[in-house]
Amino acid sequence: MSGRLEIDDLHVRFGRAHILQGVSLTLGNKPLSLVGRNGMGKSTLCHAIMGMVGTHSGQIRLDDQDLVGLNPNRVARKGIALVPQGRRMFPSLSVHEHLTLVARKGDVPWTIERVYETFPRLAERRRNGGNQLSGGEQQMLAISRALLMNPRIVIMDEPSEGLAPVIVDHLVETLKQIAAEGMGVFLVEQNMRVATAVSDTVAVMVTGRIATTMASQALMDDAEAQRRYLGVSHGH
Amino acid sequence: MPMLSRLQWAISLAVLALLLALPFLLPSFWTGNIMGRAIVYGIVAMSLTFLASYGGFISLAQTMIAGIAGYTVAVLAPTAIPLGNHWLPYWALIPLAVAAATFAGAVVGLIAVRTREIYLLMITLALAVGFSLFAQSNIDWFNGYEGIRNILGPDIFGYPFRNLYVFYYSSLLVATALYFLVLYVVKTPFGLVLQGIRDNPRRVSAIGFNVGVHRVASFALAGFIAGWGGVLITFYNIGITPGSIGIWATVNVLVMAVIGGLGHPIGAFIGALVYTLFDTFAATIYDRDRFNTLIGLVFLVIVLVSPDGLLGLFRRLTGWRTGRSVATETMEEKT
Repeated sequence: MSGRLEIDDLHVRFGRAHILQGVSLTLGNKPLSLVGRNGMGKSTLCHAIMGMVGTHSGQIRLDDQDLVGLNPNRVARKGIALVPQGRRMFPSLSVHEHLTLVARKGDVPWTIERVYETFPRLAERRRNGGNQLSGGEQQMLAISRALLMNPRIVIMDEPSEGLAPVIVDHLVETLKQIAAEGMGVFLVEQNMRVATAVSDTVAVMVTGRIATTMASQALMDDAEAQRRYLGVSHGH
Repeated sequence: MPMLSRLQWAISLAVLALLLALPFLLPSFWTGNIMGRAIVYGIVAMSLTFLASYGGFISLAQTMIAGIAGYTVAVLAPTAIPLGNHWLPYWALIPLAVAAATFAGAVVGLIAVRTREIYLLMITLALAVGFSLFAQSNIDWFNGYEGIRNILGPDIFGYPFRNLYVFYYSSLLVATALYFLVLYVVKTPFGLVLQGIRDNPRRVSAIGFNVGVHRVASFALAGFIAGWGGVLITFYNIGITPGSIGIWATVNVLVMAVIGGLGHPIGAFIGALVYTLFDTFAATIYDRDRFNTLIGLVFLVIVLVSPDGLLGLFRRLTGWRTGRSVATETMEEKT
């Protein structure tokens, strides 16, 4: 069910700022992680794919369908779901209402029941408001909201941000499982440990370009590359 | 998720029972001119409360939309003075008027679809003022400044609509139906999307919903509600004038909604009742010419003490959560 997402020479400008300077990436059957420091354009890339920011030039295709210029709701209906940075719950909706909102009818892999089985914590908190949840619970809800759309590709923007290590481990397992079931996973992370645990390949973004794409293991072993691309030797 | 908790159902039914018994407990003046009036104006206020509470849209066009329904009835009513003698019966006329209001609501929603906050306020206000001035200057259809008189309303089971009980119970029936309609709609996926738009429109779009379409649909629904109010108000006043849909009428409806409390549809009716009580009795309590000052002061005090109106005050005193509070939880980050 996963789709093939191809991004070719994508440029995004905000006024004079040239945020994305020719990004090219391909996401196929295997999960792909994108790492890079703050302000390199990672979130902008996510928003550009979703149609939440306008692009200047370049192409975004999902199975040869052009996504450039579509409104976010159309992109979402084509089968791309974004788990946004900072989770972005609806404060006035309860957990259960968040899920009912996006749940699709019919024979689909992800249903509300399955979400509650996968994340029992959400079932316990089904009546709580979106802003009464802990960071980890919010992240589970944000991921569930995306999964219930039964997308072909799920894009996650910094899902591990602000989460306790034990929750991060759970997150990694969940992402691996989602990918194993055939959903395309595009993971944007600053936490190199999470990125390399989820995917075998890592793309590195530097000032609006993909500086290099390398094997996860190679990045893990290369302290010099870590310092150069990520600024710090990550070890949470 | 159920529409109401068991306790809320019990309270709702108790209040409804009390309202049904009221005409037998109160003098007729109270039934018609206080309760009945509060109910019909409360319907229009509720259309505003619905948009504000669940969509986050403050629309000042709701009185105008009620006026469109009112004028539709008045222009075509069989007994209308000075136009009159039309062939369309009330059973066709009333749905037509409500449909016109629903359509007008959708058009307002379409015009205002990309605006928010102060700009939405300005656009809807401009539409309201524009329509009122149009009605005032149009003689052929709307009879200008004087408006249209003698709109008696339909006979129900052989009783004239002017009969106190007929008017009161018809209005109560319509208001109750619309009230539960709102409570039902906000629990449907459509209603949830609407609340999502209130919280964060970009996010709603990113999970696959067309924000514009949902906004326009919510304005249409609000128009449907206001339309019923407009029809009943026209029967209550036995006619309609441009003044009754002008800027002051618009402000009055806004005051009702805010006094009662944006956040739950019941607030509109509480606000309408409080407003009607003051409007009726302020002149006897205070100087005859200055009762508006008193209403203004009461409004000011309520808004200062409790930004979310009497409902918010009640909620804080009892620790009860009756609905969503607009005033206290709107400003989340928006990305």
